[in-house]
Amino acid sequence: MPDSQPAIHLNHISRHYTMGEAVIRAVDDVSLDLPTGEFLALLGSSGSGKSTLLNLIAGLDRPTSGAVIAHGQDLSQVSSLELARYRRQTVGMVFQSFNLLPRMTLEENVELPLRLAEVERDNRAARVHEALDRVGLGKRIAHRPSELSGGEQQRAAIARALVNRPKILLADEPTGNLDSTTGESILTLLKEIQKNPGMTIVMVTHERPLAERFADRLAVMGDGKLLSNGAAR
Amino acid sequence: MKPRDLSDLALRNLREAILRNSLTTLGIAVGVASLVAMLSLGVGLQQLASKRLSQSGLFDSVFVTPRMNLRGMGRQAVPAPTDKPPRLLDEDARQEISRLPNVVEVYPQVRFFTEVRFDGKPFATMVAGMPASSKASGSFDGMQGSFFSSDGAYETILQSEFAKELNLQTSSLIGKELVLRYAERQSLTPTAGDSGATSSTSSESLPGGFSVVPKEMRLQIVGVVDTEPASGFGGYGNGRLLIPLQVAMTLRAAQINDLRDIVRGTSSTQTFASLTVRAKGPAYVETLEASIKNMGFGAFSLLDASKSLATFFRVLDMLLGIFSSLALFVATLGIVNTLVMAILERRREIGVLKALGASDRDVKQLFFFEAGVMGLFGGVFGAFLGWLIGRALTFGTNVYLHRRDLPSVDITSVPWWLVLGAIVFAVFVSLVAGLYPASRAARLNPVEALRYE
Repeated sequence: MPDSQPAIHLNHISRHYTMGEAVIRAVDDVSLDLPTGEFLALLGSSGSGKSTLLNLIAGLDRPTSGAVIAHGQDLSQVSSLELARYRRQTVGMVFQSFNLLPRMTLEENVELPLRLAEVERDNRAARVHEALDRVGLGKRIAHRPSELSGGEQQRAAIARALVNRPKILLADEPTGNLDSTTGESILTLLKEIQKNPGMTIVMVTHERPLAERFADRLAVMGDGKLLSNGAAR
Repeated sequence: MKPRDLSDLALRNLREAILRNSLTTLGIAVGVASLVAMLSLGVGLQQLASKRLSQSGLFDSVFVTPRMNLRGMGRQAVPAPTDKPPRLLDEDARQEISRLPNVVEVYPQVRFFTEVRFDGKPFATMVAGMPASSKASGSFDGMQGSFFSSDGAYETILQSEFAKELNLQTSSLIGKELVLRYAERQSLTPTAGDSGATSSTSSESLPGGFSVVPKEMRLQIVGVVDTEPASGFGGYGNGRLLIPLQVAMTLRAAQINDLRDIVRGTSSTQTFASLTVRAKGPAYVETLEASIKNMGFGAFSLLDASKSLATFFRVLDMLLGIFSSLALFVATLGIVNTLVMAILERRREIGVLKALGASDRDVKQLFFFEAGVMGLFGGVFGAFLGWLIGRALTFGTNVYLHRRDLPSVDITSVPWWLVLGAIVFAVFVSLVAGLYPASRAARLNPVEALRYE
C-alpha cells in the first residue's frame, strides 16, 4: 500500500541534447512526486521522453537542470561514484530486451549485482536462490539465458533487479518483447513485488490497458512534457 | 568490486574470447621471449667472460716487477718525484708485500729450461712452478689425472703437447716417473750442496757471482693438462712441465734473470723477475697497486681492462634489450587492439554492468585486470620460451664447438632476476597498454551503451 513518504521527487527537471545546432528537449521541465510504495506507469508515444525520464530516476543520466531526489538524495548533486552506489543499492532495473549477460548462467547473472555491492560470498547463494524462487525460476539456475523463453528471461531479469533488495524498481517496457499473456504474468509479478514494504515501482510502457490494470497511477508524457498525472482507476 | 570477484569476471571474459586473447598473449610471450633470450645471451657471455677471467686470476692480481725492469725497451728511466728509489725484488720484498692488507698470496715466477729424461730419452722443455691457488683457476678443469697432492710433492703435471712427445698415449704416463735435470744456482761463498746432487764447479769466481751446478731429481707424473696454465699475462708462457711452486723454489734453479743480476752486481741475493700478488678480490687491486708502487716497485694490473669489459657488456645488454623490446612494443599494440575491440563487443555488457551499479572504477579495473592477466601469462610463458631459446642457442653453439673439438660453453644464462624482471616488465607494459582501453570503457555513457545493439 502506498506510503505518504515520497520516494521520488522530480523538481522541474529537464534533459536537453544538442545535435549540431538543434537542441532536443527529451525531458522538458517535469515535476512529479511519487510516494513510497506506489506503482507508477509512465505512458507516452515513442520519443515522448519517458525512457529518458526513467534513466534520470535510475541515475544512469543526469538532468540538464532541475533536481531528481530519490529517498532524500539529490542525484544531480552526487559524484559518479555515489551515483553508482545509488544504482547498486537503491534501484533495480528491468529492461525491454532483458539485458541478461548471455555467457552467464541465471545464477551468475543474478549474482552480478551482489558482486558489485561486495556482498559476502557466503550470503550470495541463498540470496540468489531466494530471488530466483520468487520469480519461479528456482529450478533453472544453471541455465543460460538462451535456454529460456522471453518471459522466463524477463523473470530472471526481475530476480537480478531485486537481489540487492532495492527500494525502487524501474522497468523500461518490461512487456515490450513479450506476448500479451506473458506480459500479463510479468505485470502480475511486478504487482506482487509491490507488496514488499516500501517498494516503489516506475514502469515505462506504451500499453495503456495493461498500465490501467496494474499501476496505481498513470503519468502521460508527450514531447518531453508531463501531459497528465493521475490515479489509474 | 572485491579483488576476487574482479579476477573471476576478468578471467571469465578472457575465457570467452579464448582464441583472440590467447593470440594476444602469445604476442606478448614472443616479445618477452625475445627479450629474455637476448638478455640471457648478454648475461651468459658476460658470465662466461668474467668467470674465465676471474678464474685466471688476472683481475684480482697485481704484477710486481723491479721498477727498472719496466723502464726498459728504450724508454727513459725518469722516476716521478714522489717515487721512492727502485728496490730489489727479493725475498724481503716478497715478505713485505705479503703483509699488506687484503693480500691472499704473493708468489714468484719460477721458470727455467730443463732436460727431462724419460724412458732413457732426453727431452728439452720449460719448467714452470705452479702455486697451489692455480688449481682453482679453471685451467686444470677437465685434466687427466689429478692436481699435485701437496705443495711440496715431487710430482709433475705435463702439458698435453709435451706429454705426447713422451708417449702418444698420454693417459698411460700417469703414475710413471721422469728425471728432471736442471742447473742449480749456488752462491760462490761455498755452501753445502743438496744430497744426491752432483757438483762439478769450482768456487774460483768473482765475488758476488754464483756458480751453476747440474742437478737432477725424480718426479712422478700425476696429470696431463690440455691448456697451458702458465701462459698469458706476466710472461708465464711456455711452461710445459708443471711442478708445485714450493718445489720449484727449493730447487734454486738458475733462471733467465740471473744473468741480469750478475751484470747489475746484485747477484749476492737472489731476486725475482716478477711477483704475482693476489688480492682478496678485484675491489682491492687498485689500492694494492698504489701501495706496491709506493714501496718502490713497478706494479700493474688488468683492472682497467676489467672495467672496460664491464662497460662493454652493459652497452651490449642495453642494445640487445632495445632490439628485443621492439617485439614487446609490437605486442603491446596487440593488447591495445584486443582490448579496444573488446570494448566495442562488450559495449552493451558495460552498459548493463553500470546499470547494475558498477562504478567507472569497477569497469576500468576489469579491463585493467584483463590486460594484466594477459601480461602475466605472456610474461611467464615468454620467460620460459626465452629460456628455451637460450638453451637452444647454447646447444647449437656446443654442437658447433664439439665438431671442432673445443670444450663446451654455456653462452646463455637466465638468472632468477631476469625471469622475475621479464614477468614484471610484461605485466607493467600490458597495464600501460590497457590504460587507454580501460579508461575508454569506464567513460562509456551507460544509456548509450545500453542502446547499442
